[in-house]
Amino acid sequence: MSSARQPNDSALFEYLLRLGDDRLILGHRLSEWCGHGPVLEEDIALANVALDLVGQAANFLRLAGTVEGKGRDEDTLAYFRDAIEYRNAKLVELPNGDYGRTIVRQFLFDAWSVLLLERLQRSSHVELAGIAAKAYKEARYHVRHSGEWLLRLGDGTEESHRRAQTALDELWPYTGELLMADEIDKQLAGTILPASAELASAWRDAVGDVIRRATLTQPADGHMHSGGRQGRHTEHLGHALDEMQILARSHPGAKW
Amino acid sequence: MVSQESTATGEPALLDVLRTVLDPEVPVLNVVELGIIRNVERAGDGTVVVDVTPTYSGCPAMRVIEEEIVAAFHTHGHDRVEIRTVYSPTWTTDWLTDEAKAKLRAYGIAPPGTVSREAQPLVPLTSSVRQVACPYCGSKNTERKSEFGSTACKAIYYCKACQQPFEEFKPI
Repeated sequence: MSSARQPNDSALFEYLLRLGDDRLILGHRLSEWCGHGPVLEEDIALANVALDLVGQAANFLRLAGTVEGKGRDEDTLAYFRDAIEYRNAKLVELPNGDYGRTIVRQFLFDAWSVLLLERLQRSSHVELAGIAAKAYKEARYHVRHSGEWLLRLGDGTEESHRRAQTALDELWPYTGELLMADEIDKQLAGTILPASAELASAWRDAVGDVIRRATLTQPADGHMHSGGRQGRHTEHLGHALDEMQILARSHPGAKW
Repeated sequence: MVSQESTATGEPALLDVLRTVLDPEVPVLNVVELGIIRNVERAGDGTVVVDVTPTYSGCPAMRVIEEEIVAAFHTHGHDRVEIRTVYSPTWTTDWLTDEAKAKLRAYGIAPPGTVSREAQPLVPLTSSVRQVACPYCGSKNTERKSEFGSTACKAIYYCKACQQPFEEFKPI
């Protein structure tokens, strides 16, 4: 357990919220597919990935609450913060769209997440490293799943290719926020966090390779959306939170 | 590759209590066999302290298991129980004993093979599906239908020899 508060604690708290919120919101989005998947196996797959992501989020948010030291647990952080207090990247809050769009978003995230978690296993923060090591094992099969589907969709029929390419073109401007390093990252880089430039370059290599094999065209890096890490979100996050939080807020402390 | 760390440590009598707690999702394995118990000991004030490591980050059975561990100790006269979650070292199916694997097979779940230590590309070009023997007829003429099954820990297979669908406890 972390003992006395360290100088970096507020940066670490912010960073843990980012790790937790990315996974919580994406997990919630994927859970929306439950009962609506294109085939039964995919319905189950997306629900499984959603469960892993929400579980990872709970672990990161629990640690965030401990680091913050104000008695907030993972449920309080998940259910009783408003959109402006959420620190997820905008990519994960966007609506699912069709299955192809969901897969493209998932792959862009999974490729980043697996590479980040791989590096976070070596974090100097022991608890963060332990949670990351567990999540890394899961991220390995997540990216295999979304990556294999991206290959099928891109290199599949004319329609699946067109839909995957459209999604890639529309989502690409949201990837910059994953790779961007701000003051929080800089404060923690080197010991608690991996160097962000190296991570960004590993992500570009991995993603570029799969896009090429999927016979898709990698969009040019133009304007990149940002602001999610600072709590400035799209309108979509508020709607997602309404649904996710209504039960806990209507019946605080309810057990079932 | 079973390391020394894989074995739960602690007082034998306390471990015996833990052996009465079954995995609710796979009720032929107890929590010690599952490899999630890291250590159990009695603190100075008599509190039983159990170190548990989760299987999957989001496994909903973990909370049930924790409640059942507390209940089992209460039944055996230990009123004060503390459960601590530990993440390192990370749980692996390599910690399942041979006996546990035999129990899984008898229950109709293909046991996990040894976790591969070879470096794999993030997205393999050709699917690198391992050969898994059917738990019913033993045939290796099986096909993986999905890497995702009814719980986080299982994949769905189909046996072409005896034409039975079955689940595999995934190596991780």
